[in-house]
Parts: sequence; C-alpha cells; structure tokens
Amino acid sequence: MEGIVYLYVFVLAAFTGYEVISRVPVILHTPLMSGSNFIHGVVLIGAMVVMGHADPDSPLQLTLGFFAVLLGAANAAGGYVVTERMLAMFKAGKKKGAE
Amino acid sequence: MKWFIDISYVAVAVVFILGLKAMSSPATARKGIVWAGWAMIAATLVTLFWPGMQNFALMIVAMVIGGSLAWWSGKNVAMTDMPQMVAIYNGMGGGAAAAIAAVEFARGEMHGGMVALLAVLGALIGSVAFSGSCVAYAKLQGIMKKAYRFPMQNQLNVGLAAVVGILGLAIVTATDPDGWAIVLFFVLSLALGVIVTSPIGGADMPVVISLLNAFTGLAVGFEGYVLGNPALVVAGIVVGASGTLLTQLMAKAMNRPITNVLFTPMTGEAQEGEAIEGSMREMGALDAAATMRYANKVIIVPGYGMAVAGAQHKVWEMSQLLEEAGVEVVFAIHPVAGRMPGHMNVLLAEAGVPYDKIFDLEEINAEFSLSDVALVIGANDVVNPTARTDKSSPIYGMPILNADQAQNVIVIKRGKGTGYSGIENALFYKENCSMLYGSAQQAVGEIITHVKSMEG
Repeated sequence: MEGIVYLYVFVLAAFTGYEVISRVPVILHTPLMSGSNFIHGVVLIGAMVVMGHADPDSPLQLTLGFFAVLLGAANAAGGYVVTERMLAMFKAGKKKGAE
Repeated sequence: MKWFIDISYVAVAVVFILGLKAMSSPATARKGIVWAGWAMIAATLVTLFWPGMQNFALMIVAMVIGGSLAWWSGKNVAMTDMPQMVAIYNGMGGGAAAAIAAVEFARGEMHGGMVALLAVLGALIGSVAFSGSCVAYAKLQGIMKKAYRFPMQNQLNVGLAAVVGILGLAIVTATDPDGWAIVLFFVLSLALGVIVTSPIGGADMPVVISLLNAFTGLAVGFEGYVLGNPALVVAGIVVGASGTLLTQLMAKAMNRPITNVLFTPMTGEAQEGEAIEGSMREMGALDAAATMRYANKVIIVPGYGMAVAGAQHKVWEMSQLLEEAGVEVVFAIHPVAGRMPGHMNVLLAEAGVPYDKIFDLEEINAEFSLSDVALVIGANDVVNPTARTDKSSPIYGMPILNADQAQNVIVIKRGKGTGYSGIENALFYKENCSMLYGSAQQAVGEIITHVKSMEG
C-alpha cells in the first residue's frame, strides 16, 4: 500500500482509539487497560507471518521468529485470560446488585 | 486465498474496535472481550493459510508453549497481582514487536526509506516496552524492592536515548547496515527501558505500565506497516492512542504529570515538610465496632492494604451486618486506590459488593462531613490531608478523599509505618482520628464478632 494511505490509516486509527475510550467510567480503567493489552496481542499474526517466511536454513532467523511467535502468543493468551477474569467478576457483582 | 485473508483482517480490526467500545461500559464489557477473543482466534487461523509460509512445526510449538504458559499463569494468579500480570503480558507484546523487526533485519530485506525507519522505531519502542515492563513486573511482584537511581539519572536517560536514536538513524540510512550495529542497537534499547524505569517508585508504576502499554501498541502498529499488515496497524495504533489517553487520566488522578513520573522520581528525601503536631490515639476493636454499630452513616475507604490482606470479603460481611442494624454503609474509592485506577473496584466486585454502594472521589467527597464514621482500611496517601495544605509535600495537590472531615475517623493499619510514598500522614495525628492496629483481615474479623454480640 502507498505510504500516504498508511498515514491516513495511522491518523484515523489514532482518533478512533482516543474516541472509543474517552467515555469510560473509572471503574473500568484497569480492565480496559488489560483489554487493550490483549488487543495488541494481535502482534501474534505478524510474528507468524515473519516466522513463516524465515529462511529454514538460518538458525538466527528461526530463533528470533520462534521468540516473536512465543511472546506474541503469550501476550494474546495471557491478556485474554486476565481481562476475562476481571470482567466476569463485574458481571457477577452487577447481578447481585442493581439488576 | 490472499484476498480472503485480507477481508478477514478487516473484519478482525472492526471487531477489535467494537470490542474495545463494548469494554468501556460495565453492562457490555464482558461481551467485548469475548468478541475480541473470537476475532483473535479467527485472525490466527486465517494467518496459517498465508501464501508461501513454512516452518509450521516450530511455529506451532512456539504458539503452544507461549499460549499455554500465559493462559495457565493468568488463570492462577491472585486478583491482587493482576497489575503485574498486565505488565508482563504487555512486555511480551513489545518483545514480539521487537523480535519481528529483528527477523526482518536478519533477512536483510530492509532497504531505506519509510519501511526501515518505522522498523527501527518499532524495534526501539518495543524493546523499551519489553525491558521496562519486566522491571515494572519485578517491582510490583516484590522481586525488586528498591528504586535504583544512577548518578545524573536524567542526563543518563537523555544521553542514552540520543545514542540509541543516532544509532537507529545510522541503521536506517545505511545501504547495508552492519550486523553488530544492529545487535548493539537492540542491546542499548533494552538497557534504555531498564534505566528509565528502575528509579521509578512503586506508587508511580500504574502510570508507567499504562504508558508502556501504549508504547507496545505503537510498536505493533509500526511493525504492521513494515509487514504490510493493516490489521496490525489499526489494532496497534488504536491501542497506542487509547493507552496514551488512559495514561493521561491516571497521571491526572495522581497529580503526577507524566514528565515528573519519568524524570523526577518521588523519593523520601524531599520531605522536609511542615512538622506534624499531635499524637496518634489507639482504639480497640470493640470501640470501633460500637462506634460504627450506633452510627447513621459509615463511609469505608479501602486501600491496597485491605486487598493485600485479602480482607474484602470480611469487609463486605461487616458492612452487611451494619446495614442490617440500620447503618448506611458506602464505599469511597480513590482513583488510584489499589495499584491502578479501577483495581479496587475489581477487588470489591470480586467480594460481591454491588455497584450502587461504590462511589468515586467527586461523588463522595462532600458526604464525609455529613457522615459519622470514616473507616480507612489499609489506605494511607489517598486520605492524607497534607496534600491539600502543605505546599512542600511531594503529594501536594493530589486530589484526596476528605476522610478527615468525618465526625470520627477509624484507621485500620498494620503498624505505624508510612504509606507507599513514604510520607507521614497528618490524618493519623488529628483529634477525631483513632488507630486500630492489626492486619485488615484480623481487625475486621474482630469488629464483626463484636457487632454480632451487640445484636438485639
């Protein structure tokens, strides 16, 4: 894709990120930080593509790619579990309370 | 096949944004993370069909090891330890982004211009996020107890950042960058993350973690450009922007501008504040129980001390007993109670405290003067009136809960020590304040016993 198109994507994504969380109640700040931590776990797919195109005869590339995938997978899996655990409790609290 | 992958990535990016949006409201938050989770699985699956991929065996092994270890540790960690888990997973994302750049360098296919520039920037930011998050984890986990200050800390930070920046530029502009220059670049970037975060005290860590979270987002976005992968770009930049906003909100709540957090670490030295007059008064659990049992309104101010003692269930049990006796009980939560904004709400929700009993600083502060008892459990700096009055105090100007304005203040505290920031608390010396020493778990347990004995 052209560089300038990516520049548009950068700018629009930045505004989106800002808008999406600008009306978040304080009680959700930690789960939300954890949730956005999970979202950037999508780096996993980038790591997979890089690993998939690494030269099979180059131990250096394979090792680095291996770590990229391992760390990316840990980011995604860990981020999901932690966020889900926090938010699950909120749901339980809500049932007992106002609803 | 490629077009199908591209379309799937667009859908994934949309679901991520919708998921984040859903996570910003308590009613839909859980749905949000589940949607995002499915989107992540879909993205991973379609990526396996990317044309021309190989090394699948190693790739799957890496995914299984990384994923299952993180899944297991995330499932088993205690709720109070959540902040450091967020920190370490975040660091891993930053490390992954940096490693992607490293592979691209190793393949030697990076030739000048925007691609090389963003690859280098992403590598730098990702490395800093990785090593910085490891330090944050070590501090919150208690592995690294002290704040390490280097001589001429600020100059060292700026100097090292400049060296890394120049080295990065050299790599970008070189037609065939030297392998060792690239290795040195990564080593120095990692060192930068360690050196910048080491002197920062534990109290400022939430802001740092949030900032590093935004950093990782940026790094992922930049590497997404390098790989020509719009899903990474959108998800990364969205997180970068929202993380920056969240960092600002936290820094504001703590009255610690982000530049102060990074460049003038809070230390115990600068506390030549006004001397505090008066003495602390001790109180037994029986008196505390009686004071609250026959009050009209009690405001509970929970702090990290309560969370560490795991006393939130006991506290909720106590407040239910008091309510049965006709006392109005509410919870007042400071924006940075616990270790991060919202952390205390999570812990109280875990204990079953309903939302409508929990109030923010702005909502509750006027009510302290109308209440009979403010029960402070394991909180310290967030109720220190010094923040309102003493200009020389390091926490001057930080918004605090006005617990001192209640008729009676009861403070449950382990000992006479100072809070997380190491500052003396003027509240403890006031005439309407009594100290109940003991761990939160045990002290509240005793109060419960005494309240029960007063029934009927």
